[in-house]
Amino acid sequence: MILRRPLLWLILALAALFVWLPLRNHDVALREDLILVAVAIILTSNLNLMIGYTGYVNFGHIVFYGLGGYVGLYLATVLNWNLIVAALIAGVTVSVLALLFGLGILRLRGAYFALATIGVLVAVQAFVANFEPWGRSTGMYVSFASYAPLGGARRALWITYYLIIGVMALSLVLSLGIRRSKFGLGLFAIREDEDAAIVLGVNATVYKAIIYSVSAFLPAVAGALMFFKNGMIDPSIAFEYMLSLEGIVMLMLGGQGTVAGSALGGALYERLRSYLLTSPRLSEFHLVIAGALLLLVVRLAPGGLIGWLYRLVPRSREVVE
Amino acid sequence: MTALLEVQGVSKRFGGLQAVGDVSFTLQEGEILGLIGPNGAGKTTLFNLVNGVYKTDTGSIIFSGKNITGRSPDQVVHLGLARTHQIVRPLNGMSVLENVIVGACYGREYQSLRAARATALEVLEQVGMASRANSPAHSLTLAFKKRLEVARALAARPKLLLLDEVLAGLNPTEIAQMIDLIRKIRDSGVSVFMIEHVMQAIMNLSDRILVLNLGHKIAEAPPAEVVKNPDVVEAYLGFPDIVDKLRGAS
Ligand SMILES: Nc1ncnc2c1ncn2[C@@H]1O[C@H](COP(=O)(O)OP(=O)(O)OP(=O)(O)O)[C@@H](O)[C@H]1O
Ligand SMILES: [Mg+2]
Repeated sequence: MILRRPLLWLILALAALFVWLPLRNHDVALREDLILVAVAIILTSNLNLMIGYTGYVNFGHIVFYGLGGYVGLYLATVLNWNLIVAALIAGVTVSVLALLFGLGILRLRGAYFALATIGVLVAVQAFVANFEPWGRSTGMYVSFASYAPLGGARRALWITYYLIIGVMALSLVLSLGIRRSKFGLGLFAIREDEDAAIVLGVNATVYKAIIYSVSAFLPAVAGALMFFKNGMIDPSIAFEYMLSLEGIVMLMLGGQGTVAGSALGGALYERLRSYLLTSPRLSEFHLVIAGALLLLVVRLAPGGLIGWLYRLVPRSREVVE
Repeated sequence: MTALLEVQGVSKRFGGLQAVGDVSFTLQEGEILGLIGPNGAGKTTLFNLVNGVYKTDTGSIIFSGKNITGRSPDQVVHLGLARTHQIVRPLNGMSVLENVIVGACYGREYQSLRAARATALEVLEQVGMASRANSPAHSLTLAFKKRLEVARALAARPKLLLLDEVLAGLNPTEIAQMIDLIRKIRDSGVSVFMIEHVMQAIMNLSDRILVLNLGHKIAEAPPAEVVKNPDVVEAYLGFPDIVDKLRGAS
């Protein structure tokens, strides 16, 4: 039973902490820091479903986030839909698209699949940059009036923050639920040896397409909320290639395949990244540091921080899994 | 007796090589059918055709009254046809128990995780691996990896089990244990189709034996007749010690 997993309660405690910390002193700066951490955790934990659980490296994971942002923003500001409805529809739309793409590109394995995911990212970005209703390369802005139904811009920012925290908690619970399920076991079998898994009865084609689609849903919802909060979207910020690569660094850093590792890696790396980006001397070097970090982790601790913890304290596995 | 598996005129080519050519045979319910032939005769390829790893170029495969020609391996398992691999393929990052749970979860009965766990423990007991349930699969010796192959396939609760050289690389004690296990599996109602190079074992275990050479069937008969078959002896002529073993076993 998932209710008996200590990790479930840790996840809920983390979400409660995220809600309480900025609320305490109405600290807007802290809220803005934490929302970036939450988004990093959402992206990393969903990416983990592909890389960590299924063994398929998705270099274009950010496409879900950006596309969700576009669909959500279009519905919420151009068509004036309710934000939550817009975000959910963005999630469903992107998931369905991912399912269709997935059935096509998931026939590829290993490096070929990874290349195809880059192709998807480039193709979607090129499409969006030429799509008239979404403002081509200039993108879209959220009109001030769109914040009115949420009680004005100030309140809207707090509301989107809480919604993002909700999506973060859902992402982690989803990861945990899949990990403890029969479906998850099938994914792990595919990761270990896809042909053997098929011979054992796992329908790999369908499983891979489903998990690719599932891993698209919450990032797309988060994209819709975040770009609404930011007030604008354009093709270069929506589909930031570097963020896609950094997601992989986050996952390796924390420990791929584990729920706690994806959260930990996402949170730590995002804090480091924010620090480097705002530091006057180091901001040019943040990708250099990311690359070095990735090399170090792969060489010294292939299981990431969580793998390292398991080796130091084997019993911790009981709590964290 | 009724036929469980009916293979009609199947063939498979790899480029210029006819790996399996126009092979037909029937396997009866409850029987142990042996499959022998020199290296490269096409035995493993025939298994791969039967369980759908390869698509047949020609011919048809009827299992349990259903035409399974062209079905994928995962569909075939659900119908009750499970197999082991000649080159073992453990799911290395998982424990022995988890490996077997996968077999039960996605096998014929498509069991729930909870039921699969019970089945897996039972099967591990049956193959004598209960004490290794929690070992990582990659840490096993070859003999245990072979048993794990058998355990995973058994956990699928198959009607027919295909065993590809499960005795190869085992020492005499381990061979004796495995032979014992295969008998018990058959006695529990599972039919067996097995490839083996250990002649003594296959001659003793099999009700009938199918012989392949260069992709073609050259004999299908009870062990005592197979060893007297001149075509079979000739196929093995390049391997004098096997000819001796064939004679010795009869
Ligand atoms: N996927 C493949 N592609 C090309 N050739 C193959 C393939 N699989 C098998 N072959 C060839 O087909 C022939 C039959 O191979 P197969 O593995 O079926 O033999 P076998 O009877 O199982 O031999 P062994 O006793 O050595 O296991 C061999 O010549 C082999 O090289
Ligand atoms: Mg073989």
